[in-house]
Parts: sequence; structure tokens; C-alpha cells
Amino acid sequence: MPTRAVFPDKATPYLLLAPQLAVTLVFFIWPAFQALRQSVLVEDAFGLSTRFVWFENFARLLRDPNYLHSFEVTAVFSLAVAFFGMALSLLMAAMADHVIRGAGVYKTLLIWPYAVAPAVCGALYGFLFDPTVGEVTHLLRVFGVGWNYIQNGDQALLLVTVAACWNQISYNFVFFLAGMQSIPKSLIEAAALDGAGPARRFWAVKFPLLSPTAFFLLTVNVVYAFFGTFGIIDVLTKGGPAMATDILVYKVYSDSFRALDLGGSAAQSVILMAIVIALTVAQFRYVERKVHY
Amino acid sequence: MVEKSPGFTLLAHVTLILGVALIAFPLYVTLIASTHALPTLLQGRMPLTPGAQAWTNYSTVLSRGMSLAGAPPVSLMLLNTLVVALGISLGKIAISIIAAYAIVYFRFPFRMTCFWLIFVTLMLPVEVRILPTYKVVADLGLLDSYTGLILPLIASATGTFLFRQFFMTVPAELAEAARIDGAGAVRFFLHILLPLARNSMAALFVIQFIYGWNQYLWPLVVTTKQSYYTVVLVMSRLVNVVDVAPSWNLIMAIALLAMIPPVIVVIAMQRWFVKGLVETEK
Repeated sequence: MPTRAVFPDKATPYLLLAPQLAVTLVFFIWPAFQALRQSVLVEDAFGLSTRFVWFENFARLLRDPNYLHSFEVTAVFSLAVAFFGMALSLLMAAMADHVIRGAGVYKTLLIWPYAVAPAVCGALYGFLFDPTVGEVTHLLRVFGVGWNYIQNGDQALLLVTVAACWNQISYNFVFFLAGMQSIPKSLIEAAALDGAGPARRFWAVKFPLLSPTAFFLLTVNVVYAFFGTFGIIDVLTKGGPAMATDILVYKVYSDSFRALDLGGSAAQSVILMAIVIALTVAQFRYVERKVHY
Repeated sequence: MVEKSPGFTLLAHVTLILGVALIAFPLYVTLIASTHALPTLLQGRMPLTPGAQAWTNYSTVLSRGMSLAGAPPVSLMLLNTLVVALGISLGKIAISIIAAYAIVYFRFPFRMTCFWLIFVTLMLPVEVRILPTYKVVADLGLLDSYTGLILPLIASATGTFLFRQFFMTVPAELAEAARIDGAGAVRFFLHILLPLARNSMAALFVIQFIYGWNQYLWPLVVTTKQSYYTVVLVMSRLVNVVDVAPSWNLIMAIALLAMIPPVIVVIAMQRWFVKGLVETEK
């Protein structure tokens, strides 16, 4: 790591780093260490004694059909959120990149959902899709679709996916648009001179050049679906019905604060940390590639 | 020159307008619902034009809240949320800019160790280590306090990285010149570096203000007293009422009040928002 290192002071850098290091140690490193420690311990029913059990907590989790189910739900949910959110925002970004007049206005009108809290987003969609009074529910009934996400698990998963995509669309849009605007105009002009129309120019020139952006967004969206959607789930479905929307983060929360299963929830935390670290590493490999690009 | 095809441009506009309308639809319904009386919303098809209840609904939620569903007055919750959002965003900027300054402009033992300790926090969202972090805060006696709501969330590596990246682009000669002119580390930081970092600070502010304002899980576990509730936190409680229909007109009024401040920040500071998003890359 390159450095400037122009000031000779001995104590100053430590004083400058102290607040950040203190907060990091107390609220990040220590709790993470506690989760690791707790994940290999079992506490008796009264919390009086603890026993070291190696990987028993993990083994118990991986035998638990509810946990495996939660894994499956999370996989389906995060891939759906990433795919549909990115497809829709790519379309919007391609169109916004094409128009000259009004591009700024469209951008302003497309970035505001980023500012809406996931929990508030959940409330909005809860009203729109309410089984008795929802505006969209009425519309669906006209088309002969019976909608009740409170009882139907597939519909519940669909609803939280739609809400999560809506919430994340601005983020994807901003990155896709920035990616497209950084493509050299000469490439597009060369393709146009060779007779490629707008659609051909998009698929043959812009789309391949956007692949690093798309890869980056894929990991960000998966991380978002894993961790950022807690508010949406808690407001809309609370993991139900019958665990149809019980994603991993929601399960950690309900096992920690409702079921009070310390060893099990710590083991779940450790697994989630491993997933986050894997995704972060994937993201960094993208950053490296971008440098060589 | 790329050819102009009016047909395709028209198609692009139509697609964009449809997309904008689709995305704005939930907002429109929220706005309309918040201006009607509850029976109007419950009796079947909701009207698509504003009603006459706006003043009643908004003054009710702002001054009295919804005591039956466990929500204190929204004016109090908006104030709490503002304190938390400003505390997190300004606190993060303050501690991360001085940390980045130390890492870039000084050489000292354990410099890389410090760097990696901060770097690790990038990987651990609060949702992942929720229970042990809760225990730390409880042991420190910080439940039901602004400090407990703010402090655990201001540790994040993103700010430190953003400022580190920025400091690396500042010519090294600037610091050397300042030193030759007799400026110490503190003076150089306050009078030269800080003014230069204004854009980066604004960018980080937008992202972190939104992050702080929209916090849900953390306030949910560390607050039990209504006087510390944030407006985002009560959403689930209001929607998931037992035995009665949710008071959608009031809920939509609260939802709208909860999203106005962050939406204004994003739109008013759009330039820095985009810069912040792209540069913090999360």
C-alpha cells in the first residue's frame, strides 16, 4: 500500500485512529468472536453451565430440515431479486442512455426508491396487495386470479420478491447507466457505421462491455437480498406462511430473540459470516478485473 | 455519427414513461390513501382521487400517533429518526476521515494491522452478528438510548476507504509544501485537506444518512421505550395488528412522512448521491 508518510509525529496517528478502532473492536470484532465461541458451545436449560461440543451445533443445523428449507428459500429469493431487478433496470438504463432530451428527468424519477426504507416499502406493498382491500388484489381479481399472500406461500414469496426488486431498482439503474455512459462513443459510432441498429448495438457492443458491472451488481444484489430485505419480510410475512419466506437472516433473528437458542443461532451467524466473506471476496475479484480491463 | 431513428427514440420514451409510472404507482396509492377516511378504504374499490381527510389524518398521526397499535406521535419518532440518521452519518464521517488521515499521512508501527482490523468490518453487516452485538450494548447499559442506537452503526470501513482513496489522489507535494511553510499535521488537515474533501464528505453523507434513517433491525432490538422509537421501526407493528383491519389511511400517512426526508436528501443531493454510490461501491 503506497503511503505519503510526511508527518513525523509519533502519537498523533494513534489518537486519530483511536475512535474508529475502539468502535470496531467493541461492536464488531468482539461480537464476531463471541459468535464464533458460542457456536461451539452448548448451554444447559438454565444457562448455568456451558459445554464444549466441537461442531455439534453445526451438525444439528445441517440435519434440521427447517434450516435446509430456509437455505433453499434464500437461494430462490436472492436469485429472483437479482435477476428481475437487474433485467428491469438494465432495460431502463439502456433507454435512458438512448434518449437525449429528458434523460436527467427520468434519472431523478427513477432514483428515489433507493431512499425508501425496506420496512416502509413493505408497508406500501402490504397495502397494495392486501388480500381484502388491496388495489392490485382487485385488479388481479378482474383477471380471475385469487390473491391471498397471507395464506399462499408462493404468492408470499412472489410479493416479497417484487417489493425487494422495487426497492433495489435505483441502485442497479445508477450503476448500469454509469457503465453505459463510460463506453467510448467511438465504439458505438463504429458499430453504427457498420450498419448495426440500436438493438444490435446494444447486444453486440454495450451488453458485453457491461459484464463487469453486471457481475458486480449480481453480488451486491445477492448480499442485499440476503441481509437488506429483513424489514420487508418482517412487515409483510414474518417468514410465513408456513416458513415460505423464512430467509436465513430472518431465521437467525427469530431463533435468537424468540426461540433463544444461543448455540444454534451463533452457528447460523457463523455460517452467514462465511457467506458474506465469500461474496465479498467475489466482489473484490471483480474490482481486480476492472483494473485490468 | 450514430443515426437518429425517431421511431426507436419514441419507443425509448414510452418504455421510460411506463417504467417511471410503474415505479411511482405505490407512491401515488400511498398519497391518495392517506387523504381518505378508513371506511372509504375498507368498503371496496379505493378511489383514485384525493379525499378530504388529509388534514385530519396527518394531524392525528403527527400529534397523537396510534396508541392502540403502540405507536407514539409521529413528530416524536421523526425527531428520533433524524437524531439517529444525523448521528450515524456525521459520526461516521468524523471518525472515518481522521482514521483515513492517519493511515495515509503517517507511518507508524502496526499501521497495516489497524488497516486490516477496519477492513474486516466491511464484511460483517449488523444483521449477521445481531445477538452478540445486542449483548455488548446491553452490558454497557446502552439499551434505550441514542448512544446505543447510533454508536454500533458508525463503525464501518466504507467511509475510511472512501477517504483513503481520495487522499491518495491529493498530490503529495501539497503536504510537503505545507510542512515546509511550518504547518503541523493538525493544521494541514484542518486548513487544506478538509476543504478539499468536501465533495467526498457530501457523497458519504447522502449514503450514510439514508442508511441511518432506514435502519430497522437494530432499533427493533435495542429499544423498548416508546420515547426512543424511530418512525421506520413501527411499520411492522402497525401493519400486523390482530383482529382488526389495519388503519391503512393513517399507516400510509406515516409511511409517507417516513419517506419524505430521505427522498428529499437523495433528490436534492443527486450529484453527490450518484458519486457516493459509485465510489463507496456499497
